[in-house]
Amino acid sequence: MLDFPRWKVWWVSLLLVVGVAFAVPSFFPEEQVAKWPSFLPRMQVNLGLDLAGGSHLLLEADTSDVAQQRIALMEETVRTEMRRASPRIQIGDISTSGGKVSFMVRDPARVDAAVEIMRSITQPIGLGGQRDWNVNVIDTSRIVLTPTQSGLGAALDSAMDVAREVVYNRVDPDGTREVTIVRQGSDRILVQVPGLDDPEGLKELLGKTARLDFKLVDLDADPAQLAQGRAPPGSQVLPYPDNPMGVPYIAVERRAMVTGDQLIDAQQGFDATTNEPVVNIRFDGAGGRRFARVTQDNVGKPFAIILDDVVISAPNINEPILGGQAQISGSFTVESANDLAIQLRSGKLPVELKVVEERTVGPDLGADSIRLGIIAGVVGTVLVLAFMLLTYGRFGVYANIALILNVLLILGIMAIFNATLTLPGIAGFVLTIGAAVDANVIINERIREEARRGRTIISSIEHGYKEAQTAIFDANITNVIAGMLLFYFGSGPVRGFAVVMMIGIVTSVFTAVTVTRMFVSLWLGRKRPTALRI
Amino acid sequence: MRLLKLVPDNTNIDFLRWRGIAITFSVMMIVASVALVAVKGLNFGVDFAGGQMLRVSFAQPVSLDELRDDVGGIGLGEPSIQEFGSPSEVSIRLPLPEGGEEGANAAASRVRDMLEAEYPGSRIDAVETVSGKVSDELVRDGALALLLAMIGIAIYIWIRFEWQFGVGSLFSLFHDVTITLGFFALTQMEFDLNVIAALLTLIGYSLNDTIVIYDRVRENLRKYRKMDITSLLNLSMNETLARTIATNLAMLLALGSLMFLGPDVIQSFTTALLISVVIGTYSTIYIAAPWLVWLKVNSDSFIPKTAAPGGAERVASHNEGY
Repeated sequence: MLDFPRWKVWWVSLLLVVGVAFAVPSFFPEEQVAKWPSFLPRMQVNLGLDLAGGSHLLLEADTSDVAQQRIALMEETVRTEMRRASPRIQIGDISTSGGKVSFMVRDPARVDAAVEIMRSITQPIGLGGQRDWNVNVIDTSRIVLTPTQSGLGAALDSAMDVAREVVYNRVDPDGTREVTIVRQGSDRILVQVPGLDDPEGLKELLGKTARLDFKLVDLDADPAQLAQGRAPPGSQVLPYPDNPMGVPYIAVERRAMVTGDQLIDAQQGFDATTNEPVVNIRFDGAGGRRFARVTQDNVGKPFAIILDDVVISAPNINEPILGGQAQISGSFTVESANDLAIQLRSGKLPVELKVVEERTVGPDLGADSIRLGIIAGVVGTVLVLAFMLLTYGRFGVYANIALILNVLLILGIMAIFNATLTLPGIAGFVLTIGAAVDANVIINERIREEARRGRTIISSIEHGYKEAQTAIFDANITNVIAGMLLFYFGSGPVRGFAVVMMIGIVTSVFTAVTVTRMFVSLWLGRKRPTALRI
Repeated sequence: MRLLKLVPDNTNIDFLRWRGIAITFSVMMIVASVALVAVKGLNFGVDFAGGQMLRVSFAQPVSLDELRDDVGGIGLGEPSIQEFGSPSEVSIRLPLPEGGEEGANAAASRVRDMLEAEYPGSRIDAVETVSGKVSDELVRDGALALLLAMIGIAIYIWIRFEWQFGVGSLFSLFHDVTITLGFFALTQMEFDLNVIAALLTLIGYSLNDTIVIYDRVRENLRKYRKMDITSLLNLSMNETLARTIATNLAMLLALGSLMFLGPDVIQSFTTALLISVVIGTYSTIYIAAPWLVWLKVNSDSFIPKTAAPGGAERVASHNEGY
C-alpha cells in the first residue's frame, strides 16, 4: 500500500483549498470583489503595465546638481557665520571653483576662530567619525572646505527622499490613482502609473523643478545692452517668451521680493473680470508681510513672476497687495494652470530629475495582449492536458488535476503576495506547466519501466515515485537558481517572469509529486486494482 | 481506450556512436554562431541599444517604404521600421534623440504630429524610450545574469554529482546559449530583455534534460559497476528516451500555441524558447553525455569510500540513500 497517512491527506487538502480560495477573487472584476463579505479572501493578482496599460518611468537625479547646490549653500553659510561671529570676522576672496569653497581670513589672528566655527557647523556622517565637510587651512590664512563623498551621499539621499515626496504629490495629488513611486538605487525614482492616457503631460509635470520667484522688473536697463544679454549691476536678463513688448527677454532685479518657499497654497481659478484661467496663491505670514511691503513701496511699477528662471508674466502693481494672496495670470489654459498649481503646491524638486527610461503601453494594446495571452494559454493547456490523458490514462487524469490545481495555486499565492502578472509572466505560466508536466512524465515513465521489469502494481508505483524524486528535485533547484538570478538582475516585466517561475516551481513540485501521489494512494486503497494500465 | 505509446519498449539505439560527428557539427555551429554575432551583430532593441520605439497601428495596411520615408523626413535619424504581427501594425525604432529628455519628448510628439497629418486613424499603442546609460546597465546586468546562472548551475551539479558532470553541463549550456545567439544574429530578430529571460529559461530547461539523464547515469553507475561507460550512457539514454520525447512534445504543444496564438509582443521570447527545446534536447545527448566519456567517469565516483584513512568523505556520498 502506497504510504500516505490520513493526517497528510487532510493537510494537503487544506493547503489546496486555501490556495485555490485565494485564486478565486482574481477571476472577478474588482468592483464586484469589493462587495464580498469580509471573511472571503479579496486579494487579487495585479496586472502589470504591459497588460493593463499605463506608464513606467525611471527618473534619475542630476547628482552634480546636488553637489553644486551644496557648494552654493556653503558659500552663503560662510558669509553669514563669519558676519555673525563676535567680533565679526573679516573675510575676502571667497571662491567656489574646483568643487570646494575657500576664503581668506583677513586678520591672521582670527584664522583659528574661523576654523573652529566652520568645524562646528559640519555634521558627522554615520558612526565612522567622518563629517560632511573637511575643513583645512592652507597658506596660513586661507580656509578650504572640501565636501566629503559620504557627505554628498547623505545629501543626495535626503534630496531623493524629498524628491520622491514631491513626485508623489505631483503625480497623484488626490491620492486616488494606484501609483507606485519608489526609490531605486542611490539616485533613481521609479514611477508606475496604470491606465494613463497622457504620458507626455506626466513627464512634463515631473521634469519641472517649479521654483517660483517674484522679482521687480528693472526699468532702467538699456534696451541695446539687454539685446546683447547684458544687464545693469544687481539685475539679470531672463527669458520672457510672452513679453508684450515684443522682445523675448526682460531685465529683473537679482534679489527676489518673495520666493515660492513662502507659499502655503496654490489653486487653479478664473480671473474675475477676463474669466481667463489663473493660479491663485497664498503666502505664509512672513511672505505675505514682505509681499505687502514691497508692493506698497513700488505701486505703479511692474514685477515679474518667474518660474524656473523663465518669466511667465510681468503685471503692474496697481495697488498694494495685502493679505498675502496673489493671482498669477499668463497665457494659461485650464490644464496648464492646474499643472502649475500642482507644481507649486507640491513644492520644488530639490534636484533636477531626468527620464532615463520610459515604457508606455496604451490600454487597447494591453487588452489585446491579455486576450491573446489567455487564448494561447488556454489552448496550450488544453493540448497538454489532452496529451497527458492520451498517454497515461488514469495517471494522466491525476496529473491533469494536479496541473490545474497548480495554476490556481500560483494565482492564489500571487494574490496573497500582491504580486504583479506581466506578459512574460504569462510565459512563465506556460513554462511552469512544462515543468509540472515533466515531473509527471518522469514519474509515470518510471512506473511503466518498473512494471515492465515485472514488479507488482504497488511496488512499481512506489518505486516510480521514489526513483523519480532525485531527478525532479535537482532539475527544479537549478531552475530556482536561474529564477533568482533573473529576479535579481532583471528589471520590470522580466522580474514578473521570474516571480511566476519561482512560485511555479514550488507549487509544481507540490502538485505534481505530492498531490498526484495522494490521488494514486487513495485510488489504490479504494479499488485495490489487479492490473496496471499506464 | 489504448494508451498512446510514443516510444516502443526496450529501445536500444546507439546514440553515442555518432558522437564524433555530432561534436564536429556542434563545434562548427558554435564557431559559425560566434562569427555571425561578430560580423552581423545582434539586432538590439531599445532595451540594449538605447533609443526610442513606437508601436503604431494604422487604420489600413501601410507601405513600409513610404512610412520609412515619412519618418526619415522628420530628421530624427534613420528609422528602423518593422511590421509587427499584421500589415497595419508597425514598430518604428529611432536612434536616441539628441538633447536627452526634451529631445525624446519632442521626437515622440513630432512623429505623432506627422502620423496624425499623413495617416489619419493611426494610433500610437506603445512608446519605449531608454537612455544610453540605462541600456548599458541592462546589457551589463543581462550578460552578468547569464554568466552567473551558468556558473551557479554548474557548481550545483558538481556538488550533487561529480566534477565531470559539472563540466559536461557547463559546456552544454555554453553550446545552447551560443547557438541561440547565433540564430538571433542570423535572423536579425529583435534582441531585447525578454530574450534574456528566454535565454535564462533555456538554461534552466536544457538543464532539466541533462539532469534527468545524468540522474539515470548516476543510478546505473551504481547498479552496473562493470559496464563500460559508452554502453552505460547509451543504456541510460534509451531508458529515459520515452520521457525525453513526451516532455519535449508537451513543451512544444504549449510553446507552439503561445507562438501562433499569443500576442506579438512575446514572439521573440517564444521563438527563443522553442529553439531551446530543440537544441537543449540535442545537446544533452550529444554534448553533455559524451563529456562523461571523455572525462572518464566511472563507477568509483559514486561508491562511498567506507572510512578511508584520513576520513576524506566524498561529496557524492551524500547522495546515497535516495
